[in-house]
Amino acid sequence: MKPGHGDVLLTEGDPGVSEDEERLIEEFRRQLDAGMWAAVPTAAPGGRREAVMVRDFAEVPRDAEQVIFFPPAAGG
Amino acid sequence: MSALAASSMFIVLAGLAAVAFGPSVARGLLERLPRRRRAEVIPAYDPGRERRAERRARELMRSVVGPEDCRMYEDLGFLRVLGPTAAVEQGGYGYLIYPHRPIVAFDAESGELLSEYCVAFPDGGQPRGGERLPDADDVLAKWMALHGDEHGLIADANMHLVGRQVDPQHVRRDLRRLAEWEAQRMRPQR
Repeated sequence: MKPGHGDVLLTEGDPGVSEDEERLIEEFRRQLDAGMWAAVPTAAPGGRREAVMVRDFAEVPRDAEQVIFFPPAAGG
Repeated sequence: MSALAASSMFIVLAGLAAVAFGPSVARGLLERLPRRRRAEVIPAYDPGRERRAERRARELMRSVVGPEDCRMYEDLGFLRVLGPTAAVEQGGYGYLIYPHRPIVAFDAESGELLSEYCVAFPDGGQPRGGERLPDADDVLAKWMALHGDEHGLIADANMHLVGRQVDPQHVRRDLRRLAEWEAQRMRPQR
């Protein structure tokens, strides 16, 4: 998520392919090092939409379709 | 002349030089900047940018929260998040998420307003697009943070009694609008 733009695709790939996984991990770390928060949308049984916050690439579910990065929250 | 006097003189001369030549030096430095860097300092006005950004943000929201909740946002201008299932069965609570306004907690059974949580997602590293996320992105960020780490988000927020930044009458009216909206969608279509 980016001010003035909406979402921007940073990178994509299949984590089952080692080259892709390396690129995904690198981008994941770059975003977290920049202070961004990362969330993975999920669907609970019954269709209820949820999201989990992740702080390490290993926490991203293998079947995740997307990881969304956004600026960290601050008291307004 | 003592060393102290000499250094004082230097400071005074430097101060006077800054007053006398400062503007022209600053103008000269600005002219030496590459055009692209200067463009980042003063973003070009684009009346369609925010609209396009909001459209993209709504598409992302739809893919994450689902079509029904996205419709809620489009029709009513906010999203409702209910607390954990167990809490809802015991009366529970919920949140109304507005774009760029505090999150409002309410009693899910009585509709009583409980508190407001002022939280923002400023992106200081994006001068070209401004600091504010598009409205739908701001709502979605709050939605994801509430689902993923409710306690963390609430801890980061500034909590106040309802009425500090949001109008309680307005929120009560929104809860009524939400109830009517849900009832209308439950009603079988002819």
